Amino acid sequence: MTVNIPVALRQYTQNQSDLQVDASTVQEMLQKLDALFPGLKAFILDEGSGLRRYVNVFVNGKDIRSGDGITTKLKERDQVRIVPAVAGG
Amino acid sequence: MASKKVKADVNVLLGTRKGAFILQSDRRRKAWKMKGPFLQSSPVFHMVFDTRDGKTIYAAVNSGHFGPTVQRSRNFGKTWENAEKPPRFAESSGLKVENVWHVEPGLADEPDTVYAGVAPGALFRSGDGGSSWEMNQNLNNHPSRAEWQPGAGGLCLHSIVLDPSRPKRMYVGISAVGVFKSEDAGETWNVKNKNVRADFAPVKYPEFGQCVHKLVMDPKKPDSLYQQNHCGVYRSEDAAESWVEISKGLPSTFGFPMATHPHESERFYVMPEEGDFFRVMANKEFAVYETENAGRTWKKRNKGMPKEKAYVGCYREGLATDRLDPVGVYAGTRMGHLFHSADEGKSWRLIAQWLPPIYSVSTATIT
Repeated sequence: MTVNIPVALRQYTQNQSDLQVDASTVQEMLQKLDALFPGLKAFILDEGSGLRRYVNVFVNGKDIRSGDGITTKLKERDQVRIVPAVAGG
Repeated sequence: MASKKVKADVNVLLGTRKGAFILQSDRRRKAWKMKGPFLQSSPVFHMVFDTRDGKTIYAAVNSGHFGPTVQRSRNFGKTWENAEKPPRFAESSGLKVENVWHVEPGLADEPDTVYAGVAPGALFRSGDGGSSWEMNQNLNNHPSRAEWQPGAGGLCLHSIVLDPSRPKRMYVGISAVGVFKSEDAGETWNVKNKNVRADFAPVKYPEFGQCVHKLVMDPKKPDSLYQQNHCGVYRSEDAAESWVEISKGLPSTFGFPMATHPHESERFYVMPEEGDFFRVMANKEFAVYETENAGRTWKKRNKGMPKEKAYVGCYREGLATDRLDPVGVYAGTRMGHLFHSADEGKSWRLIAQWLPPIYSVSTATIT
């Protein structure tokens, strides 16, 4: 699948915006990203291994919070977007 | 501010709400060049220069979206490296690191050791120059921990003081808890708040619960420590075993930052504020107060500073000295202004303004 990295995190992915990852769940995808770019996972998950409060992950346009969270299953052609929540109002 | 190229004998590291800046000047400290912002848009609570290798800067970076971490630059901000395993509690603890408040390089004979203080109330250590971090379990398991009650600023562990004369002795300061001391490199910890008041508490002199705001060590006499507390300024001459209040002569007992003179014993600077419910400069007069005798007497140092209607203050890391002779003093405000004295506090001028709120000021003096 393709994982879109938000602008604010691209400094940690060598300025790459779209990464190809082979994983069966969001959790596994984040682990593989962390292996490629050490420390990246900590920006997305907190100590409880849940999504940080102001970070959203969408799979094919659907917010994983309203589904199975980080155990959401992934398929080969899925489009994953990591999106920081809108700050302020 | 001048923009011409200057020789960077002194670098002033500014952590702000929107990233980090570095001001550079030569020994005269007349013309300044500003670099940055680095780590743009992330709050930087503290930055520190590692004198052991003479090139590394550590930054406590606390992104509202992406959480707290420690970053490292080995080229004065040009590029930054993120911690591969940032300070984090074990999942089983139920705790989450809210912010990294302070980063402290280890002693000279442990070149890869770095410490970080975080909220809620924990000390982390890195043995690999900040790449990975482990929590100090024994402080976290202190018997008093269940009774720690956060103040308005949370349980921030903001002061980490190492004793170069006794490498296993160290101190930490935690807001709304107090000072802790270890004699065995962090294996065991003891509360050290004797004679420190807690005016806000039902018991005025509890064992713990005092709100230390900043803890520093005398550069020449390591058994002498000084603290700006919520309820006064204090001195200890027996390695924190007991404290004496030294607020007399100051316009208030409340304040946050504190900085020592790097070359002289018993000489340091504070910035008193009105009080805990009105956190602006005491008497609305922007001023640094200096003592040359460990707080027995104080001198107001505000030549060149706003002397009225100064509804502003400085955060706990907002005051610093450089290591030149004469020593430079720097005060960064919550409104993004940086005042500088090139004559040890006698006179001041504004060298940067309209920056984001300045969370921390520290220096790197290149000799």
